[in-house]
Amino acid sequence: MENKINKVSIIVSKGGLDGVYPGLIMANGARLEGIEANLFFTFFGLDAIITKRMGRIKVATVGNPGMHMPTILGMLPGMSAMATAMMKRTMDKIDIPPVPEFIEMVSDAGCKLYACKATVDMFKLKKEDFCPQVDSIINVGRFYELAAGGHIIFT
Amino acid sequence: MPHKQIACATIDVDAEGFMTDFSQWTREVAEGIARDEGIAALTPAHWKVVEFLQKEFRETGQVPSVRKLNKSGVISTKELYEIFPGGPAKKAAKIAGMRKPEGCV
Repeated sequence: MENKINKVSIIVSKGGLDGVYPGLIMANGARLEGIEANLFFTFFGLDAIITKRMGRIKVATVGNPGMHMPTILGMLPGMSAMATAMMKRTMDKIDIPPVPEFIEMVSDAGCKLYACKATVDMFKLKKEDFCPQVDSIINVGRFYELAAGGHIIFT
Repeated sequence: MPHKQIACATIDVDAEGFMTDFSQWTREVAEGIARDEGIAALTPAHWKVVEFLQKEFRETGQVPSVRKLNKSGVISTKELYEIFPGGPAKKAAKIAGMRKPEGCV
């Protein structure tokens, strides 16, 4: 094939399950096709690679029009936890792993993971706060260097 | 339907080279497909993957995901990518004589 994609660099900028899964699925899918892949986590997307948070990422039931749920219902205690549990069960059935396992899987698949320096500074995070699969904390300039010659996908 | 000459056999394949008639699959055919895919020789690790894919396919009718391979203890994800370079799930399925995997993960 002439126009084969050889490299993708995917930016995960949003938190919440619906924020982090698309980027992870795109990156893993790239590796499955033999495409080189980088994942760059920024802003609330960083939750996906923070050791203490990665296993507790939820889906927002308030302010999320995709949930088709009136805000007043979404506000009820336990609603987000329930929606999250339901979503996780469904995903597990179609073999989409929970976030920590997914991070391990894409990393084992050869995708490189990076944390955004500006966000790390803003939230006063340290390298130790991140899961071991994170390669390094890099700035935007370095991201563009790594992404050179490939496609950039912003999620 | 396209045909392909593999080793000493002619097999039926789809446009992307996946076998369409599993009854034509033999270990020699698998080795031939593997060579076409850039894998010079199938090692015991490759065969373990191929056999697992075929067993799962017989039982479920689905080509299992990389995650399932990893969880089943057949092969780690890292090793899978090492022994099937450049697209492990597709290559393994092709060598095992199965259709292209449909899942996103």
